[in-house]
Amino acid sequence: MSTPILTIDNIVKHFDITGGFLDQIKFKHGKFQLEKTTVKAVNNVSLSINKGETLSVVGESGCGKSTLARVVMGLYPPNSGQILYDGKRIDHLSHKEMLPFRKKMQMIFQDPYASLNPRKTVQRTLEEPLRFHHPEMSSKEINNKILEIMEQVGVDTAWTKRFPHEFSGGQRQRISIARGLILDPELVVADEPVSALDVSIQAQILNLLMEAGQKRGLTYLFITHDLSVVQHISTRVAVMYLGTLCEVADSKILFENPRHPYTRALLSAIPKVGETSAKHIKLKGEVPTPINLPPGCVFHDRCVNANERCRTDVPVFTTLEDGTQIACHAVEENREIA
Amino acid sequence: MSHLLDIHNLEVKFALRTGDIIAIDNVNLTLDKGEKLGLVGESGAGKSVTGFSIINLISKPGFISKGKITFDGDEISSYSDEEMRKIRGNKISMIFQDPMMTLNPVFTIGTQMIETLLAHKNISKAEATTIALDKLKKVQIPSPETRLDQYPHELSGGMRQRIIIAIALLTDPQIIIADEPTTALDVTIQAEIMDLLQELCKTDNMSLILITHDLAVVSQVTEKIAVMYAGKIIEYGLTNEVLINPQHPYTKGLINSIPGTIEPGGKLYQIPGMMPTLSKIPSGCAFNPRCTEKKEICETAIPEPKITDAGTMVACHMI
Ligand SMILES: Nc1ncnc2c1ncn2[C@@H]1O[C@H](COP(=O)(O)OP(=O)(O)OP(=O)(O)O)[C@@H](O)[C@H]1O
Ligand SMILES: Nc1ncnc2c1ncn2[C@@H]1O[C@H](COP(=O)(O)OP(=O)(O)OP(=O)(O)O)[C@@H](O)[C@H]1O
Ligand code: SF4
Ligand SMILES: [Mg+2]
Ligand SMILES: [Mg+2]
Repeated sequence: MSTPILTIDNIVKHFDITGGFLDQIKFKHGKFQLEKTTVKAVNNVSLSINKGETLSVVGESGCGKSTLARVVMGLYPPNSGQILYDGKRIDHLSHKEMLPFRKKMQMIFQDPYASLNPRKTVQRTLEEPLRFHHPEMSSKEINNKILEIMEQVGVDTAWTKRFPHEFSGGQRQRISIARGLILDPELVVADEPVSALDVSIQAQILNLLMEAGQKRGLTYLFITHDLSVVQHISTRVAVMYLGTLCEVADSKILFENPRHPYTRALLSAIPKVGETSAKHIKLKGEVPTPINLPPGCVFHDRCVNANERCRTDVPVFTTLEDGTQIACHAVEENREIA
Repeated sequence: MSHLLDIHNLEVKFALRTGDIIAIDNVNLTLDKGEKLGLVGESGAGKSVTGFSIINLISKPGFISKGKITFDGDEISSYSDEEMRKIRGNKISMIFQDPMMTLNPVFTIGTQMIETLLAHKNISKAEATTIALDKLKKVQIPSPETRLDQYPHELSGGMRQRIIIAIALLTDPQIIIADEPTTALDVTIQAEIMDLLQELCKTDNMSLILITHDLAVVSQVTEKIAVMYAGKIIEYGLTNEVLINPQHPYTKGLINSIPGTIEPGGKLYQIPGMMPTLSKIPSGCAFNPRCTEKKEICETAIPEPKITDAGTMVACHMI
């Protein structure tokens, strides 16, 4: 098999949210001590993405999807682990060494209202990355490129002089996509690119992304919590819970036969048009915070299949016959799963 | 037969400096005891304003300019503020799209629940506490006693939403208007909250107006559905009938554009263009510039509502 375009190797990302010195002083066991509070957002995540595929990361709010995306993009340094692009390590590069990779990897953000600079016209938003990465291009070439990309994403080319506030949410998201595509990237990391949009506009944007992907042979790392969207666009799916991956599988296999108890609960909760019954799998308890991670399997508090081993040992990835990777003691032990 | 709630020819205007705009245009809806109605449509269609107008909470400069709303036989749309306060948050409760319209960050959950009860009922503080605890149990909050002393920010999003439902339930309302009650929540929690609302309608014979842009959620919870577009109801009927056999081109478009209704990877149906702003509603049918089935008449005449054989109301010239 060829080298994956992106390899996420055992990434850990924690945030120190202790605050000032006074916040750190805690009175415990009869004496004062200094204590740090850390959010364990991403824990030992490994994942590789092949050229041309769309890999979606799904999971509930706060499970660490955006943090993982930002680590991949070099926006957060990981605490440990590596990011490889085409086999080359990129997570520890200097700003200058990172430049050629910045061109190949682009990110599209969730909020079409916050991700565009309100003081820049569409022209400037699209022109700046070109001028920066391609100083050799003439103004005419740059303008042609801008017109070409605007046409591709379906934004009227007469609107180049307009500011973001003059556009609707859907149109703004098209402009962010245009900005993401204008440098002809190989890999696009899209963090919830349609979550803020109405279904009728969402369909327009998803079609646009799928079409651009096919035409340009793009690879997508797609982040979303909308499972219907995931099922529609993904080649493979990675399911994340509390900073940890629980199942990585071919999209078709995952939706037909989810095996991790969390994946099963998640998929059973998707409401579908035309289905009245609500026979979703009920989870116990509440989602724990990533500040106090449970020992053993991070899902054990809420899992009806948990046994003693689940409460103490961290399950590791095993690969099943069909290539599905799964981290669950019950699956590994061939236990009956409820 | 009279309905529990009857919204008749409702029109809501916003008086802007540039002139009045019509936000709700000739809306007719009914709700019976124990019935669950879904109100759907794109952002800005007028779902929340419809909800607000029932309990007379339309924000300035909005006002009801035509029509009437009757509840339990009384014309509540002509009530004074004083009279309305006895209904709102009492016989009709609303779960707001913005949780902070219900929860005050500086008071504990207990204080907020007890104050609400004391405002509507002539009971002692101890009795109010008992009722508050009872409602917290009803929404299946773990360790309800400790919640009474907690502040809103100390709770997870799912738990906060349960508390908001518990507050809406305090006075045993006959109707709950739930405006996007699960939009900010994850699917697993959304499924639990929807179960809970359905369960309450069943056990307490409560009626529900569920406002959402999620057709799948409406499909699972409600018996009736009303689809709004640019301030008007363009299709209104039994949920199963409307979602499986949609008549209006807009409803058809909405359903078809949901991923999951076609083969993965296929091109999703897309409704061209976007909903007009209220100050620039096209003449004729408001949907006509985006409609793939339109004829000349659609650009000039507003379509009258018609009733299909299946009993669905549709406002479209092609029906
Ligand atoms: N810069 C930061 N500083 C401190 N904590 C952070 C920071 N960024 C994220 N976190 C925390 O890390 C955890 C994971 O957050 P992240 O944004 O990655 O979640 P997510 O899966 O993208 O959620 P959502 O679906 O809500 O976007 C959360 O508990 C969050 O509060
Ligand atoms: N205070 C106000 N002043 C002027 N216009 C208003 C006001 N409140 C609402 N509107 C307008 O009324 C229309 C309907 O708004 P409403 O909040 O009911 O939409 P909605 O269907 O609930 O949308 P969403 O899904 O985004 O919540 C919108 O066009 C909105 O801009
Ligand atoms: S009335 Fe005409 S324009 Fe409007 S939806 Fe029906 S066919 Fe389309
Ligand atoms: Mg995120
Ligand atoms: Mg609303």
